[in-house]
Amino acid sequence: MSILDNIPVHIPSSVSTADRAYNTLPLLHEIRHALERLSREGESTILDLRAIPFPPGDEQRLLDYLGTGEVEAQLHALGNSLIRETRYSGVWVVEHKNGDDERVALQIEITSVPAILRAQPEDIEEGLNRLTASLSADVKEDLV
Amino acid sequence: MGFRDCQVVAPIALVGCDWARRIGRCYHEYRAAYSRTNVLAYVHCSVMPKHPALTRDLSGRGISRRAFLKFCSVAASVLALPPEAVGSLVESLGHSARLPIIWLSFQECTGCTESFTRSHAPAVEDLLFDYFSLDYHHTLQAPSGADAESARLDSMRRFQGRYLLIVDGSIPLARGGVYSTIGGRTNLAMLKECGEGAAAVIAVGSCAVFGGLPAASPNPTGAVGVLALMEQGLIAKRPLVNLPGCPPLPIAISSVLAHYIAFGRFPAVDDMQRPLSLYGNTVHERCSRFRFFEERKFVKQFDDEGARKGWCLYLLGCRGPLTHNACAVHKWNQGTSFPIESGHPCLGCAEPGFWDRGGFYRCIDETECTVDESHESREDAASEGQNLYEDNCVYCHSIDPGALRTDPNQIPHLLRSGEIRSHRRLQFSDEQLDQLGEYLKSRK
Repeated sequence: MSILDNIPVHIPSSVSTADRAYNTLPLLHEIRHALERLSREGESTILDLRAIPFPPGDEQRLLDYLGTGEVEAQLHALGNSLIRETRYSGVWVVEHKNGDDERVALQIEITSVPAILRAQPEDIEEGLNRLTASLSADVKEDLV
Repeated sequence: MGFRDCQVVAPIALVGCDWARRIGRCYHEYRAAYSRTNVLAYVHCSVMPKHPALTRDLSGRGISRRAFLKFCSVAASVLALPPEAVGSLVESLGHSARLPIIWLSFQECTGCTESFTRSHAPAVEDLLFDYFSLDYHHTLQAPSGADAESARLDSMRRFQGRYLLIVDGSIPLARGGVYSTIGGRTNLAMLKECGEGAAAVIAVGSCAVFGGLPAASPNPTGAVGVLALMEQGLIAKRPLVNLPGCPPLPIAISSVLAHYIAFGRFPAVDDMQRPLSLYGNTVHERCSRFRFFEERKFVKQFDDEGARKGWCLYLLGCRGPLTHNACAVHKWNQGTSFPIESGHPCLGCAEPGFWDRGGFYRCIDETECTVDESHESREDAASEGQNLYEDNCVYCHSIDPGALRTDPNQIPHLLRSGEIRSHRRLQFSDEQLDQLGEYLKSRK
């Protein structure tokens, strides 16, 4: 957690709940269109939330609306990444953090499985080689 | 590979262990050198010209392809590339060779280097340091004098036509350029020399792009930017990308580098040679306070009610509508905030001549600064003001004891100042003070 988060400053939101839905509604419609494309044509879409201006509370409102689904995965590579399916199957929230646990990307992926979760062919090949090498006679003896 | 297989190109001071890690696979070798000589040496290993596949190199250091994919996703996001481009980025970066870079600093404050070295997205920047070889940089290199210049010339000779030239700081032309010299040579002479063999040039910061603060009126040193020199034919014309800002966003520098390394060319630029992915929109268009501009809710002075509610800073001189930059998107200080979000108007530091455009706190369009209020709303405000006036017995207070008659326009200001004498403390909100002002004006 950033040191800044420890400073007890709270900016009260004086606007009504309805006012806060500045970008949430158009984004939800965009997600709906993307989900329709995925369903009918199999086309995946990535929406980059960092490029969208959010007034205070708007981003959280969007994430709250999408909710949490059945799948949640953590990736530990160059910092943590959290990949979770929303309550709408096929709509994923992908949050990438760096080694200092600071967010470097926040994306909505509309796809069957986010690409980053899939094992890469080169890694599979390397894994095969390592497993083959480790199954040496000595190891086999140990297991037996 | 041992230390003897490595050729010392330019000793570079390591700024913290993070930099040591960034420098790459030869770290162990120059750590050995450091232990012997107490001088950290940046060694340019002999594998570089052999164009190794970087993904293989990363894999050897425990960085998985999944991590590499994450890095490319973040880079593509910053560069505003479409999602399909992530695959191309993975493919291109995975087979890139390390790019030699010569970084020249002229009339500058080192703020651009400070910005770059404090990049907050190490998923991108850390890896980028594996993709290029910073062969010359005043602030980061350990040697000085003839040794440093010799390293620069050596790198230029070996990578003729292939190295990338980065420039920060403006170039003085007045009086033969004597206002800034390095090793007895003018900035112009050095830039001309380095520009000849460069594959491309990146001008970093408003000084290198537009002349910056050194060019502020009356511009005593005759400071100009790189583009102006190319247009005047004083240096060789090379592919150029401009990254203005005082300083530019860290991510602007690193993402353009990533694009160049991956695709061998710069991203699409506008007519000022600025990348559209970062400078295509104004700060205003992406501002988190934009909605308040549309609703005509403006802060009228710092710390008023509107300021506390996070309203638009347009009336306080905000240059967001004129400034092309991505501060509102990528933000500063580990993505914490940017000036407008923190309550200060944008100064427009990424635009040419921002320092000579009058006071920073003057509204950019005086006619727009009068908030358009309908007659009805003024009448309503005056009516509310009358209620406040009577309910709070303002009439029996001496608003300004030093004057026989106070200008009604001044009364809200005096009440805000808290300097008036009164037997009863009057506590009004800013909106109420405006209403009171409307009422007092209507009594004229």
